[in-house]
Amino acid sequence: MKTATDPGLAKGPGPAAVPPARSTRPRRVPLLRVLPLTPAVVLLLLFLAGPIAYCAYIAFTDLQLTGQAEDSFVGFENFTTAFGDDAFLNAVWLTLVFTVISALVGQNTLGLALAALMQRASKPVRTLVGGIVITAWVLPEVVAGFLLYAFFRREGTLNAVLDWLHLPTQNWLFTLPILAVSFANVWRGTAFSMLVYSAALNEIPKEITEAAEVDGAGGWRRLWHITLPMIRRSIGTNLMLITLQTLSVFGLIWVMTRGGPGGRSQTLPLFMYEEAFQKSMIGYGTAVALLLLVVGSLFSVVYLRLLRTEV
Amino acid sequence: MPRTLSSRRSSHRLAADAGLLVVAAAFVLPLAWVVLSALDPHADLRVKLPDGLTLDNFDAVMTPDITFTPLLNSLLLCGGGTLLTVACAALAAYPLSRFRSRLNRPFLLTVLFATSLPITAIMVPVYALFVQVNLIDTMEGTIFFFAASQLPFAIWLMKNFMDGVPKELEEAAWTDGASSLQSLVRIVLPLMGPGVAVVTVFSFVMMWGNFFVPFMLLLTPDQMPAAVSINEFFGNRGTVVYGQLAAFSILYSTPVILLYVLVARRLGGGFALGGAVKG
Repeated sequence: MKTATDPGLAKGPGPAAVPPARSTRPRRVPLLRVLPLTPAVVLLLLFLAGPIAYCAYIAFTDLQLTGQAEDSFVGFENFTTAFGDDAFLNAVWLTLVFTVISALVGQNTLGLALAALMQRASKPVRTLVGGIVITAWVLPEVVAGFLLYAFFRREGTLNAVLDWLHLPTQNWLFTLPILAVSFANVWRGTAFSMLVYSAALNEIPKEITEAAEVDGAGGWRRLWHITLPMIRRSIGTNLMLITLQTLSVFGLIWVMTRGGPGGRSQTLPLFMYEEAFQKSMIGYGTAVALLLLVVGSLFSVVYLRLLRTEV
Repeated sequence: MPRTLSSRRSSHRLAADAGLLVVAAAFVLPLAWVVLSALDPHADLRVKLPDGLTLDNFDAVMTPDITFTPLLNSLLLCGGGTLLTVACAALAAYPLSRFRSRLNRPFLLTVLFATSLPITAIMVPVYALFVQVNLIDTMEGTIFFFAASQLPFAIWLMKNFMDGVPKELEEAAWTDGASSLQSLVRIVLPLMGPGVAVVTVFSFVMMWGNFFVPFMLLLTPDQMPAAVSINEFFGNRGTVVYGQLAAFSILYSTPVILLYVLVARRLGGGFALGGAVKG
C-alpha cells in the first residue's frame, strides 16, 4: 500500500547519503546520470506527449478520415458545434449519470461498506467474499462486458431472479441501458475501492475505536465521528481515481450496448469514437476527446494535491 | 450490564458475515454463469445447473482461428509491451532513486500526473498520428503505445521499490570499480526481485485486458489479440453459441487470474491503486 500512496517526492529515502558522494564526484557525472532516463523519456514523448499535443492541434481542424485533400484550421468551430449538438449534450449528461451512479455512489459506497464489514467478519467469509469481488475486477474488460450482458438480457439471470421473487421483469438493456451499464461498472470496479478502504481502515489504531465503543458510541456514530474523519484522505484519493477510471470506460459499454439503443447509453468515449470513425469526423471527435482530457487532467491535478497533503 | 462487549462483538460478526454473503451472492451470479455455461451442452443466458457436463464447448473453440492465434497475438503484444515497459522503467527508476537532483521532483510529479490521465481520450489522435507515420495496423506500433501508456505507473512503482534497496551494497560495488549499469543489473534488480515481478505482472495484466488500444490501432483480423477477437467472433454474430463464448472467456481470463494470485500477496492494497492507470 505504502508503495503506491506515499509519494515521498520531496524526501525520497534513497538519496539520503548523497551529498558527500556528490562533492567527490566530478561535474561531468550528471549527464551520465540522466542517460538511463532517455529510453523512457523518448517513449513517453513520442507516444504519450506527442498524441496529446497532436490532439490539441487537430481538435481545431476539420480533419476527416477520407476524401479530403487537406484539413484546415477551423478555430473553435468544433467546440461551438459540440455545444449546439444534442447528441453531444446527451453524451455529457449520460457520462455524468454514469460517473455519479457507478463510481461516486456505487463503487465508493459499496467498497467502503464491504471494507467495513470485512473488518468484523470471520476470516473464511472475508476470504471468500474478497476473492469473488476481486475476480470480477481482474477479469478482462470485454469478458466482464459479456458476463454482464448475459446477466441483464431479457432472457438473462437478473430477470430469472426477479421472476423467482415474483417481481416484475423487463428488458433492462432496452428500457434502462444506462442503469444496466452503471451496475456493470459497479460490479467490475468495486474491488478497487474495497482494497483502498480496507488498507485505510487497517491503519486506524484499534484503541481509538475500542475507546469509543466502551464509551457507548453506537455503530453509526462511530462511523460518522471517528472512522470517516480518519480516512477522509483515502476517500478523496479514491473518489478521484475511480472518477478517472470511470470517465474512460469504453469496452464494457461497447460490448454491452454499443452505446445504444438510440444513444441512450452513449457516454463521451463512445460518442467520441462514433463521431471520429463511424461518421469519419476525426477533427470533431478529437475536440470531444480534448474536452475529456481536460476534465481528466483537472481531476488528476486535484489527485496530486491530495497526495501531497497526505505525506 | 445486560450485554457484554464480547457478546456484542460476536453478534456483530454474524451480522457482518451475513451482509457480506448477501453482496457476494449478487457478485457471484455472473461468474457462476460463465463457469456453468462453459460446461453445459445447452447453455443459454441464465445461470442454471448444466444439463450434463461436457467439454465440447472448449473443444469447439480450441481452434487456431478462435483461440490460438488471438491468444498468441495477445502474448506477443503484451509480452513485448511488458518487456519494453519494465526495461525502460528499471533504467529510469535508477537515477530517480539513487541520485538527488532538482529535476527529480518535477519529473516524478509529471509521471504521477500521467498515470491518471484517461488514455481512452487520446486514442483518436493516436490513431490519426499512427496513420501519418505508417504505424497503424502494426504490432510494433501497438507495442510501443502499450509500453508508453503503462510506463508512468511502472516508473512510479519501480522507483518506490528501488528506494527500499539499501545504497550501501552498491557503494561497495562502486569502490570495486563497477559501473552504475553493472550495479543496477547485478545488485539492485536482483535484490528487488519481488518488486520487479509486481511491475511486470501488473503491466502484463493491464495490457492483456485492454480492449480499446488494439481495437483502434490494429485492423487486420490475423493480428487481433483475444480482447478484440472475442468481440468479433461472438459480439457481431447473429446467433451466439453461449457455451462457447463462456468457454472462450474462461480460456482468455485464466492467465491474468493466475498471475494476479501470484503477486497479490506481495503488494496487497497497492495493487489496487494500480487500477488507477487504466480504465
